[in-house]
Amino acid sequence: MIESHAATPEIHGHPALQHHFENMEQQREAGTLGMWIFLVTEIMFFGGMFLAYTLYRNLFPAGFVLASNHLDITLGAVNTGVLILSSFTMAMAVYFTQTGKLRPQVWCLVLTLILGLTFLGIKAVEYHEKYTDRLIPGRIIPGAHFGPDPHAFHLQAGAPELAQIEMFYWIYFAMTGMHALHMVIGAGLLTYLIIFSLKRRFDPEYHSPVEVIGLYWHFVDIVWIFLFPLLYLLGRHLGGH
Amino acid sequence: MSEHIVSVRVYITIFLVLLVGTALTVWAAFVDFPFGLNTIIAMAIAVTKATFVVLYFMHVRYSTRLVWVIVGSALFWMGIMFAFTFADYFTRSRLSIGT
Amino acid sequence: MKPIESFELPSPSKVNYLNAVYGLKSWLLTKDHKRIALLYLGSITFFFFIGGIYALMIRLELLTPSGDFLESTTYNKVFTQHGIIMIFFFLIPSIPATLGNFLIPMMIGAKDLAFPRINLLSWYVYLAGGIITIYALLAGGVDTGWTFYTPFSTTFSNSYVVATGLGIFINGFSSILTGLNFIVTIHTMRAPGMTWFRMPLFCWSHYATSLIMILGTPVIAITVLLLAFERVSGVGIFNPKLGGDPVLFQHMFWFYSHPAVYIMVLPGMGVISELIANFSRKNIFGYSFVAFSSIAIAVFGFLVWGHHMFVTPQSVYAGMIFSFLSFAVAIPSAIKVFNWTATLYKSSISYDTPMLYALGFIGLFTIGGMTGLFLASLATDVHLSDTYFVVAHFHYIMVGGALMAYLGGLHYWWPKMTGRMYPEGWGRFGALVVFVGFNLTFLPQFIAGYIGMPRRYHAYPPEFQVYNVLSTAGASILGFGMLIPAVYFVWSMRYGKHAEANPWHLPGLEWRTQSPPPTENFEQTPIVTWDAYEFAPPEETEVVGKFHGEVERAS
Ligand code: HEM
Ligand SMILES: [Cu+2]
Repeated sequence: MIESHAATPEIHGHPALQHHFENMEQQREAGTLGMWIFLVTEIMFFGGMFLAYTLYRNLFPAGFVLASNHLDITLGAVNTGVLILSSFTMAMAVYFTQTGKLRPQVWCLVLTLILGLTFLGIKAVEYHEKYTDRLIPGRIIPGAHFGPDPHAFHLQAGAPELAQIEMFYWIYFAMTGMHALHMVIGAGLLTYLIIFSLKRRFDPEYHSPVEVIGLYWHFVDIVWIFLFPLLYLLGRHLGGH
Repeated sequence: MSEHIVSVRVYITIFLVLLVGTALTVWAAFVDFPFGLNTIIAMAIAVTKATFVVLYFMHVRYSTRLVWVIVGSALFWMGIMFAFTFADYFTRSRLSIGT
Repeated sequence: MKPIESFELPSPSKVNYLNAVYGLKSWLLTKDHKRIALLYLGSITFFFFIGGIYALMIRLELLTPSGDFLESTTYNKVFTQHGIIMIFFFLIPSIPATLGNFLIPMMIGAKDLAFPRINLLSWYVYLAGGIITIYALLAGGVDTGWTFYTPFSTTFSNSYVVATGLGIFINGFSSILTGLNFIVTIHTMRAPGMTWFRMPLFCWSHYATSLIMILGTPVIAITVLLLAFERVSGVGIFNPKLGGDPVLFQHMFWFYSHPAVYIMVLPGMGVISELIANFSRKNIFGYSFVAFSSIAIAVFGFLVWGHHMFVTPQSVYAGMIFSFLSFAVAIPSAIKVFNWTATLYKSSISYDTPMLYALGFIGLFTIGGMTGLFLASLATDVHLSDTYFVVAHFHYIMVGGALMAYLGGLHYWWPKMTGRMYPEGWGRFGALVVFVGFNLTFLPQFIAGYIGMPRRYHAYPPEFQVYNVLSTAGASILGFGMLIPAVYFVWSMRYGKHAEANPWHLPGLEWRTQSPPPTENFEQTPIVTWDAYEFAPPEETEVVGKFHGEVERAS
């Protein structure tokens, strides 16, 4: 009843083949599948925050518009472009790995990393503006509790919308903060890819890590594609300021 | 097995599409569409952009059915979470209790 | 053809996964799924012990109506910590991370899980989460209930909510990593000939469990994280001060935590399917129904969470939908129960210890599930919510169901895991004591709850005392019953009879290799030509590969 792979002396000699896989194909398939499933967990993770966002935006449309109009649309749009460009260079890095062109592969990875760090830099500038405007909710920052100038929002002191604005910024910081954390992790992964590319670890037959980290990077880009209009562009047509 | 290698032309095209989409969404935000369509338009553009990234940058267009199922089920479960939570919130006021 | 009956006992000195390499480092850095399973076994047993101590304190306090043994605040911490430890650190990892980890690669004929390093990482993540949680318990404990309801947890509680939340957040990743590993393994690592419908049902139920782990756990992770941030920042999305809705927390919490009850019981159902088919020596009745009911439970389990919120401001319209769907989700569970009993019909049952646990499971799980339907009825639940009826309901499923299945599975695969037999007589005795103790503990709680005894208080009106005395007496018997296997399992590791490769004479792949298995599970990748539970005449069951050339192929 049982036959065995009596004759499997065929050695799949690739140094990156792990012992428990039959061949590189199976290993690559497992790696890609694993990353996709991980991305499913990421979607659900961000999904929880999108759920809260949707609820409160529906409950407090006015406060959300006021708060959103205070975000810097130029910086947001530029950052969107930066991230899209980085997704493009990442895709090109995968392309050059698949086609076995080492130099452009490394350059694309380095560019992606630089663009990622640029995004984080611009984000830091934005966060700092919010900090000086006392828009960081609650008492996260000691000595700088939430307390923006109501007139900046065309409101009287003590207006009920202020609580809604604080709610918006709580969600804003939760979502963009979590997104930025993913960027930081992505930057770490890119650094790993660059180092191991320089060591010539990847080739057309073994490029799973580049491909899989690429998937992650594109996912983080997609999250931002949604965050940008949902956070920055509310009620602009109402001619706020 | 050789997997599908997406050509540089396709990548550049997608990149340009995404940039145009970003410009479009900023422009659309300042136009006063009727019936409160602004949000729907913004989301439609975002979904389109995301779809392009998923299909081409992430190679799903050339992937196995299993990957399609995985992506689909993630969206489906997000849908469950939204649908049932809002099934609560949107029917609460009918009895005029709560938020 | 080599008849398995006449198969020579592999000599105990043989190289296997336990003695292939030595030393602490070889364990702490192992990538072997079988060793990682044992690492998990050790650590969850540790947490089970801690959770057990808390249970003991609860039962002691409730022996008398007045709150004389524990202060009310201490009591709040004790039942909270009992729940957190038992649910997040024992029951959720129990069967998947030990038995699942050990057996899934063996059952599908693989050398290991798809990502051995991630598997090891999951154990370290689990430990990290556990250590942080234990720190929180030692530093002062947490008193919110395992459900962390806002606004108490965010605003009013004076206990270590953030640290505990962090522990649970981290622990969630270990669950995610395990689920991810199982799904990828089952998709990509099956041996030639091992089609989906030849897989043992254990694998199906773990596949379904993994789906829930993947889709649900991230939501509890973000929920607990937002809760911790809210506590730190003083305001947040669950805070009415900003117009936030505390009930949103419950939605997000139960979106995970109802499916999580199926994370706890689905693997148990997989174990029971194995035990019932194998110990009645009969192919399971309706294989594909049992297989797909696992998937159905995983999917429909996500549609019913609102039944935990019938007495909140949740809209009654949503309540009706959730109530209806809760009744619907009982169908796939019932399918399983009916198929198990149909399998037993006219079969040749052997009443070994694992089978005793399995038979216990069927009865107790049925009671637990049926009382779930009481609670899922809108009007009845208003009366029963937050009473001991709920406590009895979920203990019937989580202890009477999941824990019994875990113990049954542990006995069943113990020879494979350790290469030793446990003492059968003591095994049966222990199973009996556990069964009696369990029912004596929790049956009275149904009655106490039904006549109105609320849960989560350290004192109660004297008319409930009789039920609580019975319950505490039962808990003592149950605790004693648990000690019996604990003792003989440890004993057997040294003194137990050496186990044959296939002590139960079964066709499953895991029995077609030596006990304990070699590091790579099989000498050669098996080619599968039979269905699960295909009880061929014994002469036709054969062992994969050869045991280091000792046994020649006969025939
Ligand atoms: C037939 C399927 C089931 C139904 C219809 C059901 C129904 C319910 C309902 C309506 C409640 C809420 C009671 C209340 O708080 O008022 C509840 C509580 C609970 N159930 Fe079930 N249940 C089912 C299966 C399970 C399973 C399989 C498990 C565990 C493995 C489980 C574990 C729990 C737990 C832990 C609670 C209490 C949660 C708390 O602390 O408030 N249930 N169940
Ligand atoms: Cu439930």
